Amino acid sequence: MMVATALQNLGHWTLGLFEKMGRSSIFFVRVLLAIPRTFTRPRLIIKEIYSIGVLSLTIIVVSGLFVGMVLGLQGYVTLVDFGAEESLGVLVAMSLVRELGPVVTALLFAGRAGSALAAEIGLMKATEQLSSMEMMAVDPIRRIVSPRFIGGFISVPLLTAIFTAVGILGGRFVGVGLLGVDEGSFWSQMQANVDLIDDVANGMIKGVVFAIACVWIALYKGYDAMPTAEGISLATTNTVVYSALAILGLDFILTALMFGDV
Amino acid sequence: MMESIVQIRELHFSRDSLKIFDGISLDIHAGQITAFMGPSGTGKTTLLKIIGGQLRPEKGYVQVFGKDVHHVDQNELYELRKRMGMLFQSGALLTDLNVFENVAFPLREHTRLPEQIIRDLVLIKLEAVGLRGARHLMPSQLSGGMARRVALARAIVLDPSMIMYDEPFTGLDPITKGTIVTLIKELNETLGLTSVIVSHDVLETMSIADYIYVISEGQVVESGTPETLGSSSSHWVQQFLQGLPDGPVPFHYPAENFREDLLVGR
Repeated sequence: MMVATALQNLGHWTLGLFEKMGRSSIFFVRVLLAIPRTFTRPRLIIKEIYSIGVLSLTIIVVSGLFVGMVLGLQGYVTLVDFGAEESLGVLVAMSLVRELGPVVTALLFAGRAGSALAAEIGLMKATEQLSSMEMMAVDPIRRIVSPRFIGGFISVPLLTAIFTAVGILGGRFVGVGLLGVDEGSFWSQMQANVDLIDDVANGMIKGVVFAIACVWIALYKGYDAMPTAEGISLATTNTVVYSALAILGLDFILTALMFGDV
Repeated sequence: MMESIVQIRELHFSRDSLKIFDGISLDIHAGQITAFMGPSGTGKTTLLKIIGGQLRPEKGYVQVFGKDVHHVDQNELYELRKRMGMLFQSGALLTDLNVFENVAFPLREHTRLPEQIIRDLVLIKLEAVGLRGARHLMPSQLSGGMARRVALARAIVLDPSMIMYDEPFTGLDPITKGTIVTLIKELNETLGLTSVIVSHDVLETMSIADYIYVISEGQVVESGTPETLGSSSSHWVQQFLQGLPDGPVPFHYPAENFREDLLVGR
């Protein structure tokens, strides 16, 4: 009896999982199909880049600065024992460009903008705004969801680049400015060892992939939310949790594909 | 016989195994104000959503302007929807746009009219609902009645042939209620519209409706003009119209005998 119930629950759970995967995939395809027409209304996209990207700048810049400063300090403390503190620039830059830049930016983005997107769309659904749009013969996917998707897709890689750049400056401030590492070595070693394709481009690819994952999760969770206070609260929580898990999981896969054969 | 704009035949609809409509058939005639009345939870709003093509029935068909709304592609459905306005109970205004932009929204989405003409059209519609002076306010600054009037201006801005009102009188003070009643009646006459009202406010609805369908438990219990309904011999209809607490619709939720219930455990 116990086994039968357990099996039944497992079946129920699996069916639910497949249903959710199917619904979110159909949603994603609908958003992708709506993108070409959204580009005919650039003003909608610019508005979203502002609210999703520009308004996230403060948290990205401040976090980037502190992460870079911590890297500079930790890196110096470790490297100085081996007399290799001149390599601090490479250590800071590599860590940021390859890993911390894309990952931390995406995590911060999911917390700041992803949750806001899910709550906004969920609330629009709860207050019948999406329904009224449909009745006005306006497709909410094209008018509301797709501009936000494009806004996020453009913003996250740019935020990643800004986070990384500010982080490197933070590392330089601590390493060169406070701890006395030679400025010439700091920059020249970084220049010599950080590769444009292998490191910078791969880091940006991560940014793009994380952008798609975060925005997709946030928009889907908002659009699919139960139109109640509880439903919206669940949608925002799930957005942050699923985004964080997706980012970290995808980061491992991408890292293995990009840097695994060394 | 007047032309019927909406034809519903043998409509069946369920939600989570709960039967909402059990073979309903009805017609909405051009130029008339048709009302659906009935207690809360009888699926009146659901019926509007089915007519608007937002929900799909299990069986039966719904023809609007001569087309089966559930068997047309999205483009055709959207063309049909441009000819029907809908007023949601909450107003459902877009909260990030002010009053003017809310009313201009359908025009900006569906037309390429010059700004000056959009401005004129919006102001004409806002004047019709008496809110031209409120054009700069945001939805959060409006009272419930004002929000509904703005939504009404938005619903008529594309000059539809039919408007559906979902509980237009609920939760309003008597003056605002009176304003909405007059607006619905006047708009229907002056713009030559067909109006569909879903409501359980008996007095207001009876005062303006040309034809009323009373719906309960998935069936049309009674239909006719307000006068014929008023003299209906059905106890159920009389209980509903007069708002009596007990009658064919019982006051008590089904329970075991009260005396025996009190004596349990003695």
